[in-house]
Amino acid sequence: MKFNNEATIRFKSKSVNEYFARNAIAAFIMQLNPTIEQMNDVKTAVSEAVTNCKVHAYDSEDDYIEIFCGIEGEKLHIKVSDSGKGIADIEKAMQPFYTTCPEDERSGMGFTVMETFMDSLHVENNTPKGTVVYMTKIFGNSGK
Amino acid sequence: MNIDFLIKRDVLIIYLSGELDEYNAASAKHRIDTALDKYSYKSAVFDLSNLAFMDSTGVGMFIGRYKKLSRQNKKVFIQNPCFQVEKILRMSGLYQIMPKIKNEVI
Repeated sequence: MKFNNEATIRFKSKSVNEYFARNAIAAFIMQLNPTIEQMNDVKTAVSEAVTNCKVHAYDSEDDYIEIFCGIEGEKLHIKVSDSGKGIADIEKAMQPFYTTCPEDERSGMGFTVMETFMDSLHVENNTPKGTVVYMTKIFGNSGK
Repeated sequence: MNIDFLIKRDVLIIYLSGELDEYNAASAKHRIDTALDKYSYKSAVFDLSNLAFMDSTGVGMFIGRYKKLSRQNKKVFIQNPCFQVEKILRMSGLYQIMPKIKNEVI
C-alpha cells in the first residue's frame, strides 16, 4: 500500500510507555485535522492495544512493541505488533467481557473498545510469533 | 495520577486527576482501597472532573471498587466525567452499577 506519510515507533513493553505511545500517535495524526473526539478515539484504541501487549503478550518489561501508522488520504492505518505469546483463540478473545484474568480486575473490553472507537479492527497472528492488530480510522466527513 | 479524598455529609468523595491506564491502575486501586477501609461513610462518589483520560483498565478498576463497596451495602456513584471518559464509561455499561449523578446532589 502507498501511504502519503508514515511513522513507526518501537518501545519496551513497560506500562509507563502507554502514555508515550498514545500521545506519540496523537501527535502524528494532527496532520489529519482530527476533531477532539477522533483524537480521543485513536488515543484510547492505541492504549488498549498496548495494554494487551503488556498484560497478555509478554511476561517481562524487556520485550518490544511496535506501532506503525500510515496515512492514506483521509484514512489512518495503525498496526500494533508484538512477538509475545500470541492469542490461542482470537475470535473468543475478541468477545466483549471475555478475559483470561478476571481475578486481576480485567474488564475484558479491550478489543470491544478498539472496535467501537475505530472504523475497522482486524487481529491476526504475527510471524514467527505474537499478535498483530490492524485498525483504521477515516477522518473527514465519512468516518465515525 | 493524583487522588484526593473528602468526606461530606456521610459521603466519601474520591477525586481522581491525571490519566488512568495500565501504568497507574494498580497504585490507584491500592490508594483507594486504603481510604475505603480507613474512613467512615455511607456511600462513595468518584469525581472525575480532572481525569483527562482513561481506558478499559480503568473500567476494571472501577468494577473492582464497586464489588468491594457493594459487599458492605454501600452505593457508589460517578460525577463530572470529561467527554473521553464519558464515552468509555457509557459503552462499558458501568453506569448501570455506578450511576452518574449531578454535582449538586452531593
